[in-house]
Amino acid sequence: MESGIKQVDYWRWSESRWTNPEISDWKGGLVTAGIDIGSTSTQAVIFVDGKMYAYSSIRTGSNSPDSALNAVKWAMDGTGMTQDDLNFTVGTGYGRVNVPFADKTITEISCHARGANYLYGPTVRTILDMGGQDCKAIHCDEKGSVTAFMMNDKCAAGTGRGMEVIANLLSVHVEDIGDMSFQIDEEPPPVSSICVIFAKSEATNLMRRGWSKEKVLAAYCHAMAFRVVKLLEREGVEEDFAITGGIAKNKGVVKRIESLLGIKALEANFDTQLAGAVGGAIFAKEFFEKAARKREGK
Amino acid sequence: MITVGIDSGSQSTKAVVIRDGEIIGKSKTLTEFDATKAAREAYESALKDAGVDEKEVAAISATGAGRLLAEIASSVVNEVSAAARGTHAAVPETELLIDIGAETCRAIRIQEDGGIRNYEINDKCASGAGTFIESMARTLEITTEEMGPASLRHTKDLPMNAQCVVFAESEVISLIHRQEKIEDIAYGVHVGIANRISSLVRRVGITDNITMTGGPARNEGLVDCLSKELGRPVRAAEDPEYVTAYGAALYAAEAATKQ
Amino acid sequence: MKAHYGYEDGSGSYYITVNTEYCATCDGKPCTDACVQGIFAREEDDFDDEIVVVREDARNSLKSICAACKPQIGGSRSLPCEVSCKQGMIAHSW
Repeated sequence: MESGIKQVDYWRWSESRWTNPEISDWKGGLVTAGIDIGSTSTQAVIFVDGKMYAYSSIRTGSNSPDSALNAVKWAMDGTGMTQDDLNFTVGTGYGRVNVPFADKTITEISCHARGANYLYGPTVRTILDMGGQDCKAIHCDEKGSVTAFMMNDKCAAGTGRGMEVIANLLSVHVEDIGDMSFQIDEEPPPVSSICVIFAKSEATNLMRRGWSKEKVLAAYCHAMAFRVVKLLEREGVEEDFAITGGIAKNKGVVKRIESLLGIKALEANFDTQLAGAVGGAIFAKEFFEKAARKREGK
Repeated sequence: MITVGIDSGSQSTKAVVIRDGEIIGKSKTLTEFDATKAAREAYESALKDAGVDEKEVAAISATGAGRLLAEIASSVVNEVSAAARGTHAAVPETELLIDIGAETCRAIRIQEDGGIRNYEINDKCASGAGTFIESMARTLEITTEEMGPASLRHTKDLPMNAQCVVFAESEVISLIHRQEKIEDIAYGVHVGIANRISSLVRRVGITDNITMTGGPARNEGLVDCLSKELGRPVRAAEDPEYVTAYGAALYAAEAATKQ
Repeated sequence: MKAHYGYEDGSGSYYITVNTEYCATCDGKPCTDACVQGIFAREEDDFDDEIVVVREDARNSLKSICAACKPQIGGSRSLPCEVSCKQGMIAHSW
């Protein structure tokens, strides 16, 4: 059993960065940034004149202000851009108060809705965001304004952290869970315990009974989907439906949520963990323009 | 008449041998993954402890999560009844019983005649159960037994925000990184769990004469925090982890007499 | 905006819903005084409107905090917070 202090990195997602090849010159444009400091990963997104220009996604270190700075520096890597070129920066996420160079902080709920509206289009009405330490259901209108939300951050079941505990137990990389969970002959019943700690004992028990890792993962993904669907049912699911956050990359959970709801989630052709930071960058542009109008006396 | 009670818990299996209501032998073994085998082992070593032969045993009653797997038992009794019965016999003045196991927390109101008035159980979340303290001890790299004494030596209040075991592990690690003392962290852990236990207790109603049973009752730090949280003294039963098995043994005696 | 504050754990689901649609125009915000445990707080939202929220440090302990107003199962269901909101915008899920 792990001591909790020495952790194997089975559960970490890889870090990444990207620059938009379609924008050749950012100079002279309105440069805004959104920084989303989550419990496990931090994203920095840079917009130029309302278009995504660059982003980075890194692990959140023990020091949030450093993570914010590192993320923004890496996003700017090779672009010639420096922090001084940022016209307006919005901090969001669990560690939002720790973005030292932010001009404003906005809750992750508002940012997520706005970001999903940009990334998936204005038809998105329900967003399920599964982060490292929480799970949120957000409802929004066609402008990306929040109409309802609910969140669970008390219990690790239904969060990325819960999945990590199981990944660690089985020594499986979190990125492989999705595929592995479908390498089974038939879908097993979900793990019955809600509590991650009890689910862990249950999983150990199932392994002793001869279940394959794949089958145990299927049962756990199934249980997680079950739990998340319960949260969603408080307000119902209005289409279009999108899933964001780290777990959105885990097909094992996503496909099972879809089959429980009988609804297909929108396909993403970008990193779904970016939604919050994208929303932040869009808010940053709006705030900058609002302030500029004020300065001009109208 | 000699009877035996077996309490098959999620973590350990306890067996108690009684003669005419008096405990004459007891034994505890880890349940691990074979509750049937653990029940057999606990039973045999309890008999050895009592110095009696298997042929002298009139009846065996099993209780606990794995009670149906204890194949040697002649009858089964649910854990709420067994805990109440054992406690009423061991500490007759008990009006409110708080029984904490590795994966459960039970609050039981006991009537003067030993009957159950009402009860509440949480066996779905580890945040108010013994496992929580064990996990935190492991994270602090001390033994579970050291948690209580460490907590009693605390010098300051260190509130813990996380309630879930998984999140609390991360919080404890960050408190260690912040150079907080193990004693203060242990105290924070106990204050948190006492708060969650007391919310369960409030649902059955707080009374005087509160007794605590189950392995965690040996943890003086927890008993202390629980007393403060409830605003009444809480007393730990003697040999607290055997009380439920004792209750089962009393049921076995009763059943054998009726036959 | 309908904000559901609370949590779900193994023992059940505990949410207080505050629909903030009328908060900005509500004078005095009586709910903040009605709750004996003081779990409601005024806060400026992301759009600078003053709304009522459930205090952050209370959100994950609602089951135990609210037990004071619902001592016995099957008891009276008229909770001070629910009653105080004239628009009926506060609701408990349990």
